[in-house]
Order: sequence, then C-alpha cells, then structure tokens
Amino acid sequence: MRENKINRVNSASPKTSTNGRQAPKPTLLPLEVKAITYKPAGLTIIDSLTFKLTQPGLTVIMGPNGAGKTVLLRLLHGMLLPTSGNITWADQPLGQALRRRQAMVFQTPVLLRRSAAANIDFVLGLRSSDASMPAPNIRRDKLLNRVRLLDRANYPARALSGGEQQRLSLARALALTPDVLFLDEPTASLDPASAQLIEDIVLDEHNRGTKIIFVTHDIGQARRLADNILFLHHGRLLEQASAVNFFTAPTSTAARQYLSGQIVI
Amino acid sequence: MQDFSESFRLAFTLVASGNSDLMEIIGLSLRVSLIAVAIACTLGLPIGALIATSRFRGRGVILVLLNSLMGLPPVVVGLLVYLHLSNAGPLGWLQLLYSPTAMIIAQAILITPIIAALSRQVIEDLHLEYAEQFRSLCVPLPKAIIALIWDARFSLLTVALAGFGRAIAEVGAVIIVGGNIAHLTRVMTTAIALETSKGDLPLALALGLVLLALALTINALVMALHLSAKKYSYA
Repeated sequence: MRENKINRVNSASPKTSTNGRQAPKPTLLPLEVKAITYKPAGLTIIDSLTFKLTQPGLTVIMGPNGAGKTVLLRLLHGMLLPTSGNITWADQPLGQALRRRQAMVFQTPVLLRRSAAANIDFVLGLRSSDASMPAPNIRRDKLLNRVRLLDRANYPARALSGGEQQRLSLARALALTPDVLFLDEPTASLDPASAQLIEDIVLDEHNRGTKIIFVTHDIGQARRLADNILFLHHGRLLEQASAVNFFTAPTSTAARQYLSGQIVI
Repeated sequence: MQDFSESFRLAFTLVASGNSDLMEIIGLSLRVSLIAVAIACTLGLPIGALIATSRFRGRGVILVLLNSLMGLPPVVVGLLVYLHLSNAGPLGWLQLLYSPTAMIIAQAILITPIIAALSRQVIEDLHLEYAEQFRSLCVPLPKAIIALIWDARFSLLTVALAGFGRAIAEVGAVIIVGGNIAHLTRVMTTAIALETSKGDLPLALALGLVLLALALTINALVMALHLSAKKYSYA
C-alpha cells in the first residue's frame, strides 16, 4: 500500500533518490530534545522527554488521548516553551529565525475570512521572496493546483468543505516552503478519500526533502506513512523505533495494548 | 393636539419640498459627524486592535479607563474643547472656536473611546481564533493587526455605526464649541433644541424625522451588508 502510494507520488516529483525519495533538506536536523518537561499550573503534560532525530524520514508521533502528542508538537515548533529542558534544531536553540523555517497544520483549520486564494496570498506576503522565485500569483496558483483547489480559488475559504479547508490549510503551510512541516492529526475528521489526498500531498512534500513530523491516532495511517515512530504515554516517551520495528515488535506494554486496540491506562 | 398634527404636516412639507435651510443643516450635520467618525476610526481602530492583541502590565486599567470613557458626558467634552480653543486657551491661536472644525474635534473626542472599546472587543474575539495560527506563521504584530481589522471589517462597520449614531445625535458638546450659529455651525440637534425653545415645532419635527430616517437607513444598510457577508462566510 505504502510503496504504491510512494510510487504514485514520485511520478510527480522530478528528483528522487534510489529509495524513491528526494535528497532531504538537512539544514534543521538533528532535532535534539533534552529532558523537556511541560508543567503548566503544576499539571505535568510532558515529563522528562529526551530523544534525538537525526534521520530525515517521516516521523509519526502516536499515543492514546492525553499522551501529550499535540503539546510535544507545539513545543517542537516553539509555540510553547518547556518548563525545563531544551530543544535544539541543527544544534541551535529554537528561535524566531528557525521557527520561520517551519510550518504547522492544525487539526482544525483556522482560515482567514477571505477567499481561498487570499489565504495563500496572506502567507506569501509574510516572507520575502528572491528574484529566482516565480511571481506570488503564480506560486499561489501552483499551490492551489497542488492541493486540487485551483477551481475554488475565489470561493470564501470558510465555505469550503472540511477536506477542502484542510487542504487549503496544508497549501498555506507549504506556501512558507518550510524545512520542517508539523501536522497535528490533519485527517482526524475527514472521510477516507479526503484523508488519502492529504496523505498524498504530505508524501509528495516529504519527497521534496521536507522533514515531516505527523501526529496521528490512526494506526493504519501511521503504517502507511511512518519511517519512524515516537510513542508517548502520560507525557513520557515509551518508544522511539523504526516503523517496521514498532509495528512488528513493540517493546512497551502500553504500545502493545494500543496497537491491539485495547484501552491503555 | 391639533397643533401637533399641523406641526407634523408642516414638517413633512418641509422635508418633501427640500427646504434650503433644512438641507443646509442636514448637510453640515452629516459632514461634521462623518468626518468625526472617520477621525475616530483612524485613531480608535488601531488603538482597539493594539489593546486586543497585546498583553502588558496595566492592560486591565486601560480597559477600565477605555470603557469608562465611552460614557464621557458631551457637555464636559464640549467644555474642555472650549477651554482649549478659546482665545485664552493653549490652542486659541488656531481660531477654531465656533467653527465646524471645533465641532468635529469635540465629536471625534467623544466617539474615539467608543470606537476603540467596541473594536477592541470585536478584534479580541477574532484574535482568539487566529492567535495560534498567527503564532505558528510568525506573523509580525503590525501585519496581524491589519489582517484582524480587515477580517473583522463587517463587524467593525457596526462599531463605526455606533460611533456615528452617537455623533449625529449629540448636542451638548457641539452647542458649546459650535455656538449654533445659523449658516455656519447649526446642525440638526442644535437646531432642534433651538427651534423647540422658540416654539417653532415644524422645523424641529422635520429635523427629528430626518434624524430618525437617517438612523433607520444606515442601520438597514449595515445590517444588509453584514447579513450578505455572513451568507458568503466572510463575517
């Protein structure tokens, strides 16, 4: 299933490596998380988390509800500051300059009260573009075409369907040409066809060399997308493994229970 | 009772005939109040947006102050503007007292806090919705403020309307700084006050009818705009 999808996506990507993916953008790796804790108002949400990501593969963060997946994503993106510990990207602390090289797609898209095209225009206007880049309107149309919304360009963004809104949200994130793309359960409320479309775009972006960090509850989706997995439970990292190892031989009881559909306590 | 009926009949005749004095008063009223609203929006919207999007020490005090200023007594504002613009005042050299400009200043002072306080609430609600996305996109504050004002434009129109309503209906401040001089600073409210005190009810009633019609028309227009924006998911 996954190979088929990668092959399909690769047909649209001009430059691919031997494993079917483009050479990664190495600039923001490694990501190093050292003993971070996030404890707002005394409630521990992330508890002494330590890990390092050195490989450009697509990382999926999994775990039951309340595991701290979304908070971890926000911490990695610098939207929240850890109570203690530190996070570095490419051996640099996460500052505004690094944050501008990242983008995030939220579970519920928040779109501006404008047309779909104007939502992209707003983001394109946030970053300076160099002379080698096509004109903003051409880049906008390419992005809308990429997420199959070109025919909806002049529609009010909030009048689009849920799947279309999420694709627009993804296009808006891609307009930033990020080196790292975070996605927080972007397909949680979408039908299978819409979810697959999002997955295709994410894989395509991954093939273009963008580091993807994807939060999902959907085990099938994680199997299709992930190169490596971070499994969280109660704010702790229970497993960091390759997707193959995680799905065939999870080492923690919580992960085994989670994968077999049992209630994880 | 018959006198009142006759007064109403005469008032309608005045409006229908397009009486030149009446039109002059209406024109000046609209000019003064619209310019005052424009100035108040230019000042009040960015102030409201800045307070809505910023967190700083003393913000609560500023909010209380801003909300209190919404109830500024017009005669006090009129008196303060008078003191500043009179020959003995610090701005006396401008020679603005008893001019439409003085009335615009007084009305702008009265309604700027209204625009700022109401727009603060509208923009803060929208900012709550956009904040996380803006933080993720690293949107600079000035761009965030412009985006918020633009996206809240239909709600802010209602805010501007509230300001206009206050300005056009205001009498205390404009009578002090304008002096209600015929063909120079006489506006609808000051004319109504004067004509009523003189017992000339037809003109007072005619102006009252115009005021009411104006309020109704503008409200209807803004509501129609707001509804159509909502229908197309822009509001």
